[in-house]
Amino acid sequence: MNDTPLLDLSGLTKAYPGVVANDGVSLRIAPGEVHALLGENGAGKSTLVKMIYGLVKPDAGKMQMHGAGFAPAEPRAARAAGVGMVFQHFSLFDALTVAENIALGMEDAPKLRALSQRIREVSDTYGLPLSPDRVVGDLSAGERQRVEIIRCLLQDPKLLIMDEPTSVLTPQEVEILFKTLRKLSAEGTAILYISHKLEEIRALCDSATILRLGKVVGHCTPSETSARDMAEMMVGTVLKTPTRAGKTPGDVVLALTGLSAKSPSAFGMPLRDINVEVRAGEVLGIGGVAGNGQDELLAALSGETLSAPGMIAFQGRDIGVLGPTPRRAMGILTAPEERLGHAAAPDMSLTENAMLTGAARENLDRGGMLDWGAARAFAERIISTFDVRTPGPGNAARSLSGGNLQKFVIGREVLQRPDLLVVNQPTWGVDASAAAAIRQALLDLAENGAAIIAISQDLDELMEISDRFAALNEGRLSPTRPAQGLTVDEIGMMMGGAHGMEVAHV
Amino acid sequence: MIRLEKRPQPSRAFSLATPLLAVLATMVFGGLMFALLGKDPVTSIITIFWQPLFGEFAFYYRPQLLIKGAPLVLIAIGLSLGFKAGIWNIGAEGQYIMGALFGAGVGLAFYPLDSFIVFPLMVMGGAFGGWIWAMIPAMLKVKFGTNEILVSLMLVYVAEQFLASMSLGLMKNPEGFGFPGSRNLQQYESAFNADLIEGSGMHWGVVAALIAVIFAYVLLTKHRLGFAIRVTGEAPRAARFSGVNPTRLVLFCLGTSGLLAGLAGLFEVAGPAGQVTIDFNVGYGFTAIIVAFLGRLHPVGILLAGGLMALTYIGGDIAQSQLGLPAAAIQVFQGMLLFFLLAFDLLTNYRLRFGRTEVA
Repeated sequence: MNDTPLLDLSGLTKAYPGVVANDGVSLRIAPGEVHALLGENGAGKSTLVKMIYGLVKPDAGKMQMHGAGFAPAEPRAARAAGVGMVFQHFSLFDALTVAENIALGMEDAPKLRALSQRIREVSDTYGLPLSPDRVVGDLSAGERQRVEIIRCLLQDPKLLIMDEPTSVLTPQEVEILFKTLRKLSAEGTAILYISHKLEEIRALCDSATILRLGKVVGHCTPSETSARDMAEMMVGTVLKTPTRAGKTPGDVVLALTGLSAKSPSAFGMPLRDINVEVRAGEVLGIGGVAGNGQDELLAALSGETLSAPGMIAFQGRDIGVLGPTPRRAMGILTAPEERLGHAAAPDMSLTENAMLTGAARENLDRGGMLDWGAARAFAERIISTFDVRTPGPGNAARSLSGGNLQKFVIGREVLQRPDLLVVNQPTWGVDASAAAAIRQALLDLAENGAAIIAISQDLDELMEISDRFAALNEGRLSPTRPAQGLTVDEIGMMMGGAHGMEVAHV
Repeated sequence: MIRLEKRPQPSRAFSLATPLLAVLATMVFGGLMFALLGKDPVTSIITIFWQPLFGEFAFYYRPQLLIKGAPLVLIAIGLSLGFKAGIWNIGAEGQYIMGALFGAGVGLAFYPLDSFIVFPLMVMGGAFGGWIWAMIPAMLKVKFGTNEILVSLMLVYVAEQFLASMSLGLMKNPEGFGFPGSRNLQQYESAFNADLIEGSGMHWGVVAALIAVIFAYVLLTKHRLGFAIRVTGEAPRAARFSGVNPTRLVLFCLGTSGLLAGLAGLFEVAGPAGQVTIDFNVGYGFTAIIVAFLGRLHPVGILLAGGLMALTYIGGDIAQSQLGLPAAAIQVFQGMLLFFLLAFDLLTNYRLRFGRTEVA
């Protein structure tokens, strides 16, 4: 690494009404360096990269690129200066081909034929096989990410920003991505890598900057620092690891026999012949890459989609044709992944959102008439038990931060004493200490005899809380394996391997 | 540079102030329009808003307010339930006509029987007529996924053809010297929806409208079904997740709005209108859509909005006859009211920011 940094940020400050998102943040990245940006949700990582990418203007501080002033007014200027960014959420049109999607994002797009040629070259060079003629709607999440990466690489970036790139990948796909990134780094492209996943950062990154509440609280060399130390720097306190007592599982609570169901949405994944049993007191962890039937499985269990008789048995009763309300009354509670709009109504108050699923079991519905006083008390109980940060239950769900709303949504179901709790991405976007609290709540439920199905894309989380593990791939569920002693490789194979990717020809 | 920024929470103050701001803005810009037409804006506005209530002939206009306001409120209450859930019944006009035809049909069938039972049966007939007409788009929607907006709207024109056919054929007054139109129900005591207090304009339709307001208020604030309606409108997936059955909700909302529109038609044909004629319907079913939104889909708001709308109708008529304002200008004036309401409504969920732009 030479002495002039590629990017030099000093004293960057950005305030929003009521919150200082970045407070005097300084950061240097050398050419070819893989630099990790670490921090909890709300620590200011997104604001910082948005400033580098020209989406947000800093209130104070300056940025330098190659020793010269750098103040992109808009993403176009940042791209021209050699900054590329791969967002966590893809901005692709399902109905268009790969080449058409990439052409749409370019300033002076060449003819499609020439562009397709260049896409092939770049994908060959970096081991990201991708046919330019395929329709994006048919691609897996990993392949979609490749489209975004290739889109950036075509601009020949000096700095590539990647926001949580591995959340949609299998371990094998992650390994391939890392090979590509290392190759880029060896060619002198610097990479600013944002992630929660500390083991990944330890494997990939040369250095790390840790943000907390908008300030830089530390630097470290990830390969020489333990994941636990990094996590504690992020949170600022000592972390508690969820604990559990050993136990023997009880009776079968839920039995799925050949469960198949069409997906309600056009680009969704149908469920195909799922067979599994869950017993009282155990946690079944279900992994898998996003979009392989997780939402559909939750919907089939919650009663949002009905299934043929004989496929779902709860405590011995056939419940496939029952809707959500009778299932809740029996003790099957669920928490979907999408918080706003699915698990909660964004513009409604927390009291109303407590009513949303609490009506039957919390006795809030008396012969059709709703008891709003009791609903409010229930909402207050969730808020205090799960430490939801909000002025009160009268506030709209959308006014809560993602992590706080997640605590509310999980708390709402946990407090209703489920016999079977199904959660999808229970700690997605939640800070480390709150995530630990949610996992502990799930384990406590299991301890008290409930059966838990935890669907998640966070393998570390699943390994931490599951007794048994299975993976969803293309709507099929793998046979379950005891979670203890499973290796990352084995899990990856259960998740469907590398989905046809190959390792970069380095 | 002005830009809109989403509020973290809907503003309660603005949600209450919006209708008032809209009325004020309509007065200002409507006055401007009247001025451009060469009329004195102040006089015009006073004529429209003041004369019917407190002017010299208010004793005549006040009952008219109830007569015009009641069907608007009754229909709008029904529509608002569906609108809140994102179920769009645009065909209340047709349901209103069918309610009148079924109700009047029952009454005419009993003619000249003198019994207290006739009017209640007519009310049931009217309710059934509106309900069944609304169940056509409802069933098509839940069975085949058709768009209820198009189907309900087109059924208005079918209902109008029925109306013409009935007044020229089956329901034509046999003692009417060949004129189109049914017997006059005002002259058939058992069927006549008379003023409950002579000369007050207070007929059964007004009572029904008030009951509907209370019913809707209790339903929306206290009952499971009203909660299901609100959640469905706010977040359909969350509603499904909470256990709302969308099919039943479509049937309930379209059915109820049709039923109330049918009742409005029956009370009109048996009362103020008196007979089934080709031009029986005057657009209450469409104006009620405006009333529902003007009242912010809230039962009490709709009650006030219905009154306001009736006021602009009657005031507009007075302005036409006294000041010679063109009818089109009055319609533009009413249109302005809806336009400003929707425009100001934005401020409930967004606030204006003045200053330099920034992409967030």
